[in-house]
Amino acid sequence: MLRLEPRTAAPWWLGIVSPVMAVVATMIVGGLLFALMGFDPVASIRTIFWDPLFGPAAGYSRPQLLVKAGPLILIASGLAIGFRAGIWNIGAEGQYIIGGICGAAVALAAYPAEGFWIFPAMVLAGAAGGWAWGMIPAILRNRTGASEILVSLMLVYVAQRVAAWMAFGPMRNPEGFGMPGSRNLQQYPPASNPELIAGTGIHWGVIAAALAVLATWFLMSRHIRGFRIRVAGLAPRAARFAGVRPETLVAFCLGLSGALAGMAGLFEVAGPGGQITDSFGSGYGFTAIIVAFLGRLHPLGILLAGLLMALTYIGGELAQLMLSLPAATVQVFQGMLLFFLLAFDTLTRYRLRWGTAR
Amino acid sequence: MCGHRNRLTYEKDNGDGVTTSELFRADGLAKSYPGVRANDNVSFSVAPGEIHALLGENGAGKSTLVKMIYGLVRPDQGRMMLGGQLHAPADPRAARASGVGMVFQHFSLFDALTVAENIALGMDSPPPRADLSRRITEVSAAYGLPLNPARRIASLSAGERQRVEIVRCLLSNPRLLIMDEPTSVLTPQEAEILFATLRQLAAQGTSILYISHKLDEIRTHCDCATILRQGRVVGTVSPAEHSARELAAMMVGAEMRLVDRSGRQAGEVVLTVAGLTSAAGLEGTALKNVGFQVRAGEILGIGGVAGNGQEELIAALSGETTGRPGTVVMDGRDLSSQGPEARRRAGLLAAPEDRLGHAAVPDMSLTENAILTGATRQGLQKNGILDHRAARSFAERIIAAFDVRTPGPGTAAGALSGGNLQKFVIGREILQEPRALVVNQPTWGVDAGAAAAIRQALLDLAGRGAAVVVISQDLDELLELSDRFAALNNGVLSPPVPTEGLTLEQVGLMLGGAHGMEVAHVAA
Repeated sequence: MLRLEPRTAAPWWLGIVSPVMAVVATMIVGGLLFALMGFDPVASIRTIFWDPLFGPAAGYSRPQLLVKAGPLILIASGLAIGFRAGIWNIGAEGQYIIGGICGAAVALAAYPAEGFWIFPAMVLAGAAGGWAWGMIPAILRNRTGASEILVSLMLVYVAQRVAAWMAFGPMRNPEGFGMPGSRNLQQYPPASNPELIAGTGIHWGVIAAALAVLATWFLMSRHIRGFRIRVAGLAPRAARFAGVRPETLVAFCLGLSGALAGMAGLFEVAGPGGQITDSFGSGYGFTAIIVAFLGRLHPLGILLAGLLMALTYIGGELAQLMLSLPAATVQVFQGMLLFFLLAFDTLTRYRLRWGTAR
Repeated sequence: MCGHRNRLTYEKDNGDGVTTSELFRADGLAKSYPGVRANDNVSFSVAPGEIHALLGENGAGKSTLVKMIYGLVRPDQGRMMLGGQLHAPADPRAARASGVGMVFQHFSLFDALTVAENIALGMDSPPPRADLSRRITEVSAAYGLPLNPARRIASLSAGERQRVEIVRCLLSNPRLLIMDEPTSVLTPQEAEILFATLRQLAAQGTSILYISHKLDEIRTHCDCATILRQGRVVGTVSPAEHSARELAAMMVGAEMRLVDRSGRQAGEVVLTVAGLTSAAGLEGTALKNVGFQVRAGEILGIGGVAGNGQEELIAALSGETTGRPGTVVMDGRDLSSQGPEARRRAGLLAAPEDRLGHAAVPDMSLTENAILTGATRQGLQKNGILDHRAARSFAERIIAAFDVRTPGPGTAAGALSGGNLQKFVIGREILQEPRALVVNQPTWGVDAGAAAAIRQALLDLAGRGAAVVVISQDLDELLELSDRFAALNNGVLSPPVPTEGLTLEQVGLMLGGAHGMEVAHVAA
């Protein structure tokens, strides 16, 4: 019989090696999958992982890397803090959508006013919207003990309905010839979030993501609150003893991750997305969960994992275009990545043994 | 070498150095773990019908040794003989089959199931339930350990739960019964019942391997004691012929320090607890109108078997649970509604019983564990920003002042032995010079040397004018330390009485008398 036996001492470097091994295993198994489907595995993998950065069309796809990585990193930074404390916000996608709607609402209400205050006000509204959406599971957990996992997840679907309602109803572009969707904020300069340096893909959301990485690093490794968050995740009773009130912690973590997801939604709607449509949520909120774990819940790891995950998005699109691989490729890849990461993590903490003897 | 009061058979040495009068013999056993030589060339023997003590500090290798006998761990070197045959069990099932039974310190019983169901679960081939229930009743009555097989575990006291474990072993008629610190959860009266049972078993020829570091009970009840120190056998002696101090000295390898109680003067009232009532914690007991006062320079001992409200009491004092106004007052300041951090600022500190996961975070370094309670009082944070250098030097001060054996403050708390971590936890609070300190089971599972150091540190703290509350199951410890004594039983605290002149029997009655455990009929 095959058994898992805890390792007495796992070397520290296994924590870094295991995500790398997960990426390699994903490439190998993904290649096998493509081969079974009748595609050239080497060309497929190269199209997904190499061409977006160094291929013939890299000039177009390279800026996309930061455009996609920005929201992933911003959301994952917030999620990782909660995950460290054992508070599971699975509904960042919903907070992202509501943040985008709230931010867009400020812009649409102000239209066609001019003023430098409009964009900052949108950022604040986006963060507030995400925060409020995140506080719903927090309050329900603190008041009734409801699982924040289920509540936050279900609120994603509520948020998606709200987005559809907005796109067809209150936010529909009056000059849009009856088409669903709001005004395009890219065409309303005071409210738009443009590419700041041409050809890089950097917009305010990418800068916010970089700041979030620095801020969460500071919080978790230098600040007493981050210290207590880590204690709460490792030993909840010790956290209570140290003076952490679990209710406060739940509200802080869900509120913070909600606010960051809401900001990511705002930067998207004001920038690359441009408008609120019924399909505004594009899965960043869910992918960010994978980013957080792939990055070991560490800010620097999240930065790298966010870039890698953005690469699979762009590479997947490229593979669709160039090799006509199916559209689900990206999701299969991301799913495999998480699966292998969890598998290798298990193997870093346990060793496989045959038989029952010790 | 040993006086065998209960030994039934005396047989002659048969010439080749192996006496057939021994039931169990270990020869040159060795077991290493990464970085630790847990057992090194351990040899000893146990005669039939002998109560044989294994005595040693924490980390001396007692657990590893009995785990090898019980088939949980395989020795690297050496061999064991049981009843003249090679004893090399592959697993506990094989060990049980060859006649070894073991009662662990921590029970493995399902609360929701009955006594009979629990026993059936632990058997390799349980008989039909009706037969089993009858056997349980017979065996438990025969050995003075009355048990009702239909009762649910949840309704049993700690002593009764232990009976279930013992009866479970006895049903398989063991030749060698291993008991791991059996009296740590018992009141003195319950312990007396247990010893009567062990006597009876020994008289019938069962050998008992008895692990403990309570020197007095070993001196009174064991025929022979093998003393381990740092994985090696230091000697095998007849414990009745040595004083507790001599035994402790052999265990520790040096003369023990005597606790110094002098130089204390009770001053003004520091801590007042009144009308404290709380909800029950997990598997705990609700506090019912608990009240006491502690003066500066005074130690109040609170005795009682764990699970009678001890956890709830320390949570109510540390601030983990808050209470109605006026229930916890220090120096005239009402702290009842304040959390742990505010109470620390005011000078009320606490050290809970559970080192791993409550008083300390096992996966964090000692430096980080120093921050856990020292952050505010020791200035390890300024405006929320941690000062890691200050935290490290605070951790180093604790390590130096309390002789914590560890490679350094970067070591994870979980890597320390129980005694060392306990010294760190107690030291962390004492070095913060509290106005009042509450500790729960300060020396639980700690070896004699470390326990003496912790007790002395608590006395010194009181000597410097702090009010100290010691919650403990160890009555000797409470009588040694405290100026006044109170018993916490089923959530009710008895009025504190002066310790001076109090006998162990009186204390036992304060605790056990109200405990509601049926007194067994002990065969004289």
